Amino acid sequence: MIESHELTKYYEDFLAVDSATLNVPAGSVLALLGPNGAGKTTTVRMLTSILAPTSGSARIAGYDIIKQPAQVRASVGVLTEQHGLYERMRAVEYLDFFGRVYKLDANERKKRSLDLMERFGLTFALRKTLGEYSKGMKQKLALVRAMLHNPPVLLLDEPTSAMDPQSAKLVRDAIIELQRDKRTFLITTHNLAEAQELADQIAIIRHGQIIEQGSLADLSRRIVGDPIMELHTREKLNGAAATIRELVTVEESGDHWLRYRVTDPNLTNPIVLRRLIDSGVEVVSLAPMSQNLEQIYLQVVEDDEAKGRKDEHLR
Amino acid sequence: MNTSVRPFDAGIPTQTTTPENPSWRTTLGNALIITRREVRDSFRDWRIIAPIFVLTFLFPFLAQVVASSFSGFVASYGAQIIGDRTIPFLLMIVGFFPISISLVIALETFVGEKERRSLEPLLSTPLTNTELYIGKTLSAMIPPLVSSYGGMAVYLVSLLTGELQWRPPAMLVVQIILLTTVQALVMVTGAVVVSSQTTSTRAANLLASFIIIPMTIIIQGESAIMFLAPDAESPNGIGALWAIIMGMFIVTILLLRVGNAVFNREELLGRTIDSLNLKGSLRKIGHYIRAVDDQGTPARNVIEWYTRGMVVSLRHARRELRIVFVFFVVSLVIGYIIGNLPGWQLGLPSDLPLREAATNLDSSVALFFGTDPIIGIFWTNARLLLGALLLSLFTFGVAALILTPLTYLIIGYIAAQLAVSGYSPTILLSALLPHGIIEIPIIIVATAVAFRLGAVITRPPKGGTVGHAWTVALGDAIKIFLGLVLPGLLIAAVVEAFVTPAVVAAVLGG
Repeated sequence: MIESHELTKYYEDFLAVDSATLNVPAGSVLALLGPNGAGKTTTVRMLTSILAPTSGSARIAGYDIIKQPAQVRASVGVLTEQHGLYERMRAVEYLDFFGRVYKLDANERKKRSLDLMERFGLTFALRKTLGEYSKGMKQKLALVRAMLHNPPVLLLDEPTSAMDPQSAKLVRDAIIELQRDKRTFLITTHNLAEAQELADQIAIIRHGQIIEQGSLADLSRRIVGDPIMELHTREKLNGAAATIRELVTVEESGDHWLRYRVTDPNLTNPIVLRRLIDSGVEVVSLAPMSQNLEQIYLQVVEDDEAKGRKDEHLR
Repeated sequence: MNTSVRPFDAGIPTQTTTPENPSWRTTLGNALIITRREVRDSFRDWRIIAPIFVLTFLFPFLAQVVASSFSGFVASYGAQIIGDRTIPFLLMIVGFFPISISLVIALETFVGEKERRSLEPLLSTPLTNTELYIGKTLSAMIPPLVSSYGGMAVYLVSLLTGELQWRPPAMLVVQIILLTTVQALVMVTGAVVVSSQTTSTRAANLLASFIIIPMTIIIQGESAIMFLAPDAESPNGIGALWAIIMGMFIVTILLLRVGNAVFNREELLGRTIDSLNLKGSLRKIGHYIRAVDDQGTPARNVIEWYTRGMVVSLRHARRELRIVFVFFVVSLVIGYIIGNLPGWQLGLPSDLPLREAATNLDSSVALFFGTDPIIGIFWTNARLLLGALLLSLFTFGVAALILTPLTYLIIGYIAAQLAVSGYSPTILLSALLPHGIIEIPIIIVATAVAFRLGAVITRPPKGGTVGHAWTVALGDAIKIFLGLVLPGLLIAAVVEAFVTPAVVAAVLGG
C-alpha cells in the first residue's frame, strides 16, 4: 500500500532524505523512528505528494506520487506535525470545509463528522470555536480531519504527542481498529512504547538514511542478538547452569535464576528444561525477556554514530 | 476509559476521484471552497471588519463633506475648476483606502497561515496549487473590493443627493472603478509573491513596502493626471488613465503568473528561514558559471568551458532564443511596413551624396562613436544589452523584448525609406552585414539570456524552486555574457570600425 524506492530529497545542497526504500503492505503499521531533523517529516511530505522527490519513486495506494499527486493526496489522511487548525472556526464548520475539499456529499460530511467526533469523545465541542479547544482536543480534531474522507492510507506525525494518557489510549485503539479494517499506517513518533505497541514494522531513520528496518523481532535479533530467556528455580542452582552451557550462552545468573541467550528457543528450551529437571532442579518459570524497542533504537543510533565517527576518521 | 464508543465506519475506504488536470469549472468550484472559508474567517476578524465598516460607511460621508466645503471655498476665489476636479479625486481615494486592506488580508491569508502552520493540512488535500492560489487570491480581494465599491457608491449617492451641482463624467467613474480593481489585483498578486518569499508576517510586512511605495507613487500620478489632464472632462475618459489601467492590467497578469509559479507546495514548505546567505548564493552562482553540464560538473579548462559549458547554457535558453528570434524578425517586418506607410515616409531625395559620404565614412564613425571607434561601438552595444539585462530583472523579461528589437524596428524602417526612394538594398546590406554577421546573432543571444533571467521567475521549471531556477539563469547569463556576448561585441566592433567602412566604400565607390 505504501511503496517507496530510493526516495531522495535534496533541499538545494542539503540531503534531507537519502534513498529511502519502504514497503508497507495493506493493513500494516510502520513506525518511522528517528531523532529530530532525521528526515521523517520530509519523507512523509514526499509520500503525500506535497514535496517532489529529487530522485526515486513511490506509490501510495497504487498511485504514483510524482505523476498522480492529486490521487495520492485523495488517498491519504495526514496528521501534520503541527495540527494547524483555523482558530476562529467552529469544529462543525471546520470538518464541513475539509469534507467539501474532499468532495464528500452533504450527508456523508455530516455523518462522518458526527461519527468521528463521537468516536474521539468530542461531540460536546462540535459547536465550540477551535480557539477554545485544549491542546489534546486540537490533536484529536486534527486526527478526525485526517480520517474524515475514510482514506486507505494514514500518515500520522506524532499522533498522540499532546494527549493525556486516556486520550492517547483512545487514539491507539482507533489505529488498531482501523488497521483491522485494512487501513495502512505510517506513524512517526518519539514514543517508543507506543511504536512497539502499534507497529508491525519499524524503520529507523538518521541523517536522512534508513539505517534499520524490519519487524520488532527481526530488529531485536539483528541488533541486540538472540532472544534472552529468564529462568527461575525453587532451589539454589548450585552449578546446575553448567549442564546447559553447551546449549546456550548464559549471560547472568543468581542463586535462584539465570538468564541465557538462545538462537532457537523453540528447539533449545525443551532440552534445557529436561536437563535441568534431570539434574534435580525444579523450574518455577521460563519466559522470554521482553524485547525493548528503546534498547534496539539506542543501540542502532549508537552503532550508526560510531560508524559515522569511523568513516570521518578514515577520511 | 470510554469503552462504549461506536466502531468506525467499516467498508471500502473513500477514493475521491480527482483528475490531474481538472476543468476550469472544477478549478473555480474548488477555489471557491477556499474563498468562502477565508472570507468568512476575515469577517470574523474585528481588525478587518472595523476599518472596512469605517471606510465603507463613514469615510465617504466625510469625503463628501470635504468635497463640498473645498469646492465652495475655492469657488469663492474663482477657482471652481479645482473644486470640480477634487470630486473625482476624492472618489478615487474613497475607493483606494479600503483596497489597501487587501494587502493586509493577502499577507495574512498567505504568510499568516504559513506562520500558524495551518497551511500544511490544506496542502495535503487533493486541491491543486492553482485552486489554492485562486481561492486565496479571491478571498483577499473580495472583502476590500466590496468595501471599496460600497464606499464609492455611498460617496456617489451622497454626492448626487447633496448640494453640489457638478457631476463627474460617467466614463471617469468607470475609469476610477477599473483603476480601483486593477490596483487591488496588483496589490494582492504582489502580496502573494512577497508572502512566498518569507516565513513570517513581520518579514512580509517589511517587504510589502515594495508594493505600497510604488502604489502610492502611482496614486499621486493618477491624482495629478485627474487635476491636470486636458481631456479631464472628455466623455471617453482620460487617455492617460486608460494607459495606466492597461499597464496595471499587464502587470497584474505578470504578477498572477509569478504568483501561480511561486504558490506551489515545494516553495511554500521548502523555505523555512528568511536569512540571507550571500556567500552561499555567490558560491552557487559561481558554480553554475563554471558548470559544463546539468549536474554542475565544473569545467577543467577554458576549452571545455567553451565547448561544453557554453553549449549547456545556450541549450537552457533555447526556448527564449526562439521567442527572441521571432520578435526580431517581426520587429524588422513591422519597421519595414511602417516605413512604407504614406504618413511615415521621410521622402529621401533620390540624389543623396552617398559617394561622398562613403569617402568620409571614417569621420562619420568618429562623429558617432568618438575618437576610439572600437571602444565607442563596443560600449554602445554593450550598454544597450547590459541595460536590457538589468531592466529585464525588474520587468519579468519584458524590457529585453522591447529595447533590443526596437533597434531592428528602426533598421526595418530605414530599409523601407531607402527602398521607397529607389536605392539599392546592397547599400544597407553593405553597411550592416560585415559586422552584422557577428553582431546580430550575439544580440539575439544576449536578448534571449536577458529575457530568460527576467521571465524565469514567472515560469520556473517543474519540480524546481523559483530561487534555484533564477540562480541557474543568472549563472548562465553571466557565463554567456562573459564568454560570448562581450568578446563577440568586441570583434564586431573591430569589424564595424575597419571592415564595414571599406565594404561600404567599395560598394558605393565602385
